[in-house]
Amino acid sequence: MAQMYHLLASIAQSVGVLYFMGMFLAVVAYALWPRNRETFDRAASIPLKDE
Amino acid sequence: MAAAQHFSMRGNETIGAGLCAAFGVLFLIIAGLTDHSGYAFHMVVMALACGLGFYAIVNWAARGETRHAPLEINGRPNYNDGPVRFATIAAMFWGIAGFTVGLVIALQLAFPALNFDLPWTNFGRLRPLHTSAVIFAFGGNVLLGTSFYVVQRTCQARLAGVLSPWFVVLGYNLFIVVAGTGYLLGITQGKEYAEPEWYADLFLTVVWVVYLLVFLATIWRRKEPHIYVANWFYLGFIVTIAVLHLGNNATIPVSLTSPKSYILWSGIQDAMFQWWYGHNAVGFFLTAGFLAIMYYFIPKRAERPVYSYRLSIIHFWALIFLYIWAGPHHLHYTALPDWAQTLGMTFSIMLWMPSWGGMINGLMTLSGAWDKLRTDPVLRMMVVSVAFYGMSTFEGPLMSIKAVNSLSHYTDWTIGHVHSGALGWVGYVSFGAIYCLVPWLWKRERLYSNRLVEWHFWISTIGIVFYISAMWVSGIMQGLMWRAYTSLGFLEYSFVETVAAMHPYYVIRAFGGGLFLLGALLMAYNLWMTVRAVAPRAEAVPANLQHVPAE
Amino acid sequence: MTTSPQAQAGKPSLWARHKIFETNSILLILGILIVVSIGGLVEIAPLFYLRSTIEKVEGMRPYTPLELAGRAIYVREGCYNCHSQMIRPLRDEIERYGHFSLAAESMYDKPFQWGSKRTGPDLARVGGKYSDAWQLQHLNAPRSLVPQSIMPGYPFLATTELDVNRIAQEMRVNRMSGVPYTDEMIANAVTDLRAQVDPDHPQADAFQKRYPKAASRDFDGNPQRITEADAMIAYLQMLGTLVDFKQYDNKANLR
Repeated sequence: MAQMYHLLASIAQSVGVLYFMGMFLAVVAYALWPRNRETFDRAASIPLKDE
Repeated sequence: MAAAQHFSMRGNETIGAGLCAAFGVLFLIIAGLTDHSGYAFHMVVMALACGLGFYAIVNWAARGETRHAPLEINGRPNYNDGPVRFATIAAMFWGIAGFTVGLVIALQLAFPALNFDLPWTNFGRLRPLHTSAVIFAFGGNVLLGTSFYVVQRTCQARLAGVLSPWFVVLGYNLFIVVAGTGYLLGITQGKEYAEPEWYADLFLTVVWVVYLLVFLATIWRRKEPHIYVANWFYLGFIVTIAVLHLGNNATIPVSLTSPKSYILWSGIQDAMFQWWYGHNAVGFFLTAGFLAIMYYFIPKRAERPVYSYRLSIIHFWALIFLYIWAGPHHLHYTALPDWAQTLGMTFSIMLWMPSWGGMINGLMTLSGAWDKLRTDPVLRMMVVSVAFYGMSTFEGPLMSIKAVNSLSHYTDWTIGHVHSGALGWVGYVSFGAIYCLVPWLWKRERLYSNRLVEWHFWISTIGIVFYISAMWVSGIMQGLMWRAYTSLGFLEYSFVETVAAMHPYYVIRAFGGGLFLLGALLMAYNLWMTVRAVAPRAEAVPANLQHVPAE
Repeated sequence: MTTSPQAQAGKPSLWARHKIFETNSILLILGILIVVSIGGLVEIAPLFYLRSTIEKVEGMRPYTPLELAGRAIYVREGCYNCHSQMIRPLRDEIERYGHFSLAAESMYDKPFQWGSKRTGPDLARVGGKYSDAWQLQHLNAPRSLVPQSIMPGYPFLATTELDVNRIAQEMRVNRMSGVPYTDEMIANAVTDLRAQVDPDHPQADAFQKRYPKAASRDFDGNPQRITEADAMIAYLQMLGTLVDFKQYDNKANLR
């Protein structure tokens, strides 16, 4: 039991942190990437287009 | 029979009619074989639905070439709004039904004689009817209707499929009827928010796969390269609900002639599956799906783009990343291992961030246009819904902290929390969307009465305040009474004393719920009059729009 | 598929562009699927392997056919909407309801009935707390015994014949997903069910051997019929009674 706990804890503290940080940074980078700005500005106005 | 000479069925129509006929016969055979009257009733209902489906398809095919609506008319997409209109009406119908049952069971808790001691009217059978009616029937139809509306508008393309969108909305509502009548007849899996039995679950799986395909195929028709973020949320909702549904309903039926089944998982594993499902039904059905509504209808109504499109992208991924882990907070201090509880608590607290990111994004969309809140009660309803979203997503992480949860769990505080989210957030954003949709769908100039919307807003807001404050007080009081000790070290209250202490709050709660129902009735009247009495929108309707299938 | 102006103007062919769009939406779905499966897998999969969650505690046995039928009625009537079956390791709960619940105690529960709300008290250890006659009267008319109770009455249980037709098949289905019913238990399902409500039944001894320490008596006080009340009370009276906590070694199950 204790072994299992340590195993899980060490996974959470290594792979887990990397997984979440990596994913989060990737999403933030995608959202803030300067080249995407125009795409997103255009996308934001999609609902406002007349039918 | 003049049309008969042109009669020719396409491949998909032949398959559809064939499936209807085959399954209709199968259901009738099962109805004849089973000795369970409720199950036989369901099989007859489903056979009838198959018969109607068969008739509708053949009738449809008999219309010859006129049945195929063009994808575009004069270079503009020819939207298919029939299924959206159906889902909108169904949402309003089930909403009122679900709120009414909610009021009934609230009164039963205050006045137990109202259970009438009959099998099909007792609280235990009616409560799942209430939860399913409001979540899956009302909320589900709102999501079906708005998703079909939004995906067409944001992709500038007609809904994919001809029969399949109708199969999705009609099939989903058939599932609702089978599930709801099943609870009254005592057919249930006994898993909260996943009560429908195996045959209803299988049927829903088919409907859901078709739903995903229709939605995806419509996205594939889009002209804009970017997929609008509302559609991300809809896709996240559809895909995740499919996964959750399959995981939590992995059952083995006792036999083909029995409505009963036993789940593959047992005990603790089943508990974890259930709350992985249960919490993400909240996260993906009641949150992601309705956030999609927020991301389309608030910008549309406020006539300005969403505050930050970049934030909406981060919102989406952070939300679905974190939500899926939060389930174990429903099992604090149970036999579930501690590490799983801690994991659930941690992620629930982190979830506060994307939730408030989304709330800020929704609210700030109004920046520079706050004056519209004064003049447009529909927009105000949606903005208040986002405020309620912020409130309940603050309360949720708070309640997931183990120390708080040890007090709040098993009490009415949970019920109050759920309803601040359900009535305030899901209810109001749905009402707002429906108030927008009805004039758009029926091509009316405006709503019948903005004053009635005002009344609806205020009556139900007061109702919500009564409801959630009564539940906060009763929940915290109950939790404290359970753990109260006398100076001699004995438990101070017997259980039934804590029950008796709840009575006044149960009456207040029922009163609040009654106000909320009253508001919804005003809304239904207002919508009915909008369709009946308001002048059609001025813009000319192109003549060839008549190809749109009749309802 | 419609031809858009861009396609005619010699830009990348509509087909090629469509392909990318389709890939994107599929990628989006794949991303969603991966994200949501990882969270579920990490939390759920270990529960099938961890010792504390799959250990077997002395005394646990599968439900008798009558108890299984009673449990089905408990589920059917939605008792879980108001009653939990999970005692938390908190001082007041242990004093009010008894020893905190172990994972092993619900190991044969399909579905689990831990509940989420205590409109009524926890039932995890209600077995043996009240007499059969009390339970019957309480099910028939709760307020005749507890005036402040808000529980619905279930008088129809005592007047409805128990449906025993499919009980063997139900046990077989339970076995398919891990409940250790033996061939003998399944073959004798209906006999065992009848033997449990009738201590003078010729098979009463065989029943006791198959289900050690199972209570055997006429639960609803009506020996002429086997009613749903028989099954329901048999189930209620065994809840939480299987594990003997005088013998239980809590150090062996540290979680």
